Amino acid sequence: MFDHGEVPALALASPAPTLSAVQALQARIDEMQRTTLDSKLKPTHEALADLLPDGGLKEGAAYSVSPSSALVMALLAGPSAAGSWCGVVGMPEFGVEAAEAMGLDLDRLVLVPHPGDQWLTVTASIADALGVVVVKPGRAAGDAAVARLAGRLRDRGSTLLVVGAWPQTEAMISLTDSRWSGLGAGSGCLTSREVTVTVTSRRSPRPVSGRLLLPDPEQGIRRLDAPRAALGARGRSAADRAREVWREVG
Amino acid sequence: MLRALCLWVPDWPVLAAVRDGAARAGAPLAIVAANRVVACSASARAQGVVRGQRRREAQGLCPALVVLPHDDDRDHRLFSPLVDAIEGLVAGVQVVRPGLVMIGARGPARYYGGERAAALALRAALADEGVADARAGIADGAFTAELAARDARADDPVRLVPAGAAAAFLAPHPVSTLDDPELTTLLGRLGIRTLGEFAQLPAEAVRDRFGERGAHRHALASAIDARSLVPRIPPLDLERVLELEPPLDRVDQVAFAVRRLADEVVETLASHRLVATAVRIGFVDELGGESERAWLHPRSFRPSEIVDRVRWQLSGATRTLGAGGRGGSSGGGAGLGGAATSGSGAPAGPDLRAAIARVRIVPESLDALAHHEPGLWGSGPDERVHHALSRVQSLLGHEAVLTAQRSGGRTLAERRVLVPWGDRAVITRPVDRPWPGALPQPAPATVYASRHPVSVVDARGETVRIDERLRLSAPPAGFAPSAGGAVRPIASWAGPWPLEERWWDPARARRAHRLQVVDAAGVAWLLVLEGASWWAEAKYD
Repeated sequence: MFDHGEVPALALASPAPTLSAVQALQARIDEMQRTTLDSKLKPTHEALADLLPDGGLKEGAAYSVSPSSALVMALLAGPSAAGSWCGVVGMPEFGVEAAEAMGLDLDRLVLVPHPGDQWLTVTASIADALGVVVVKPGRAAGDAAVARLAGRLRDRGSTLLVVGAWPQTEAMISLTDSRWSGLGAGSGCLTSREVTVTVTSRRSPRPVSGRLLLPDPEQGIRRLDAPRAALGARGRSAADRAREVWREVG
Repeated sequence: MLRALCLWVPDWPVLAAVRDGAARAGAPLAIVAANRVVACSASARAQGVVRGQRRREAQGLCPALVVLPHDDDRDHRLFSPLVDAIEGLVAGVQVVRPGLVMIGARGPARYYGGERAAALALRAALADEGVADARAGIADGAFTAELAARDARADDPVRLVPAGAAAAFLAPHPVSTLDDPELTTLLGRLGIRTLGEFAQLPAEAVRDRFGERGAHRHALASAIDARSLVPRIPPLDLERVLELEPPLDRVDQVAFAVRRLADEVVETLASHRLVATAVRIGFVDELGGESERAWLHPRSFRPSEIVDRVRWQLSGATRTLGAGGRGGSSGGGAGLGGAATSGSGAPAGPDLRAAIARVRIVPESLDALAHHEPGLWGSGPDERVHHALSRVQSLLGHEAVLTAQRSGGRTLAERRVLVPWGDRAVITRPVDRPWPGALPQPAPATVYASRHPVSVVDARGETVRIDERLRLSAPPAGFAPSAGGAVRPIASWAGPWPLEERWWDPARARRAHRLQVVDAAGVAWLLVLEGASWWAEAKYD
């Protein structure tokens, strides 16, 4: 009887927490909870790294990517250049020439263009051995199968990029505001494109976005706005710290 | 001194060309290398064609002369069954060159009861293989035996030089038989024309004047031939054949039957400390239809992997996919789905129409087992990649897992080569050529595997055309999928860029125009006009 009166009174007495305070607290909780292995990162292209939560593609995580081959290639470029094997499942229209120009190593690129109904099995077996796997899902997958795949990814330390929606992703990476330059009314040729890459993750409720040239006039990837220094530094330092710990242990 | 038996097939390059079907038997024929005649047929010789003649000269002497380029590979390939036939009778055969073999005479002579009898037996063996005219020479030393064989005539095919009589036999032969033009000219100027005269020169003086090579020639001329025969090691018989009785008409049955054969192949190889990195699998059906192809392996074949290849080769889907349009295989998914459940139905395929009666497995390229042993700590990550991809291949079929390579070309489909995992890419269009007419960089990220028909319209809604002077009928204002759909307005565009290929070849000629457009959503497209229809080749997304 008394309790009912007391609790709302107490709640009212404390000042309403602001959004920024909640975010700061959440970040702090994250910092304290993240002492495990999952802060190991795949080498990611520096133009994209600071947009992603933790400052790069995480091993054992799944990301949902909006349907743009160029964005997929940009995400693969970093790991592939660093020696990872990459697999592309269910994308028969993946442009090999553009991939090479973007920095992918074709010797370590494997394509399974038509997996049919077996796409989930194929993805799981490929993820066993390949560092980064891109998949365009055919039919919808059951929750149990998705959970099994997630466990396998964590076990093997592979990263999954799903073109389209996917349950339980680390982040959703989307590409908007595409603006090509070089073309006029009947003249010129395509040279470069400005895009906005937006990353939404569970951890930060506010989407993070950056302006990129994808591709830039040299067919590479370049960042237009200044990288988010503060967050980038935090992400990197977390990764560095984890690496240092490992060096001491090993 | 070693008694040597020389078997010689006169004009072997000519005979090989005839046996290969490159020329008609009996026709005047000359085999030419570096513009000189190296061999000619008897009918050509009758008209004055000789070895060493210039090609034009030979053609002048014999206008009907058929001239074929020298093909060492063909000579060896066709001679090897003859060597096998000889090896079936005697051991220790040295192949000096195609058409000429040297055998130690002692063993065969004792077995057949005489040197002449041995030579006649070997000649009969060659006659069974379809070589009517083979000549034999038996003498002390290989050099003398070869000259003796060349001395034999068609009606008296065996020339026997008794032991110890080699020097006397050699003496009247000209110095040119030593096949050393420099020495021949020099000795000719010294007045020495025959081997006998050359042999009479003191050995030390010859060595001082002509060096080691001259001393060797001198020893040959004096019938002191120190060379010993180096018999060839017969190649391993690694081919395995399985006769199916009764013939089988289901892929899974054949695959099951072949399992033991595959085990046997790999075990035989392992017992010789070898592994196969390529195998050739052949099938013969009841009606005599044949299917054969070679399979490569990035590492080495294990029995189960050979069985997989048998399965893939039999399930027609993989073959039609491999032979057909690799670039535009939109139906590939369905075909491969069929291959995955390959247990059903009779084996399809262009060459096999009935049940399989015979399976043949030949290891094609071999490597030492030591190069393929897994290391103590495993062989690194690539081994794992290979196993994972092989697993997917056995699930979906060989052509389902692809690796990509760049290649040259003008259209986007030509600019890449997709090869099944494990196969070797054959790049016929090198990347480093200029390829005028190719698109400027950047390359589109999405290249459609099949054509997507679109309609390109101008501001009044009429289809845009391009005339032969490369002028557009009107600036394009929008495009839409042909199947029906909302028109996407075109914000900016460039082109048309003509693409004209192989105009000299009506079957493969190609004429198209390409247009880069950016739609209102900021996505760029590559549109192609070929004939009267527009289609989207790629999307810059």
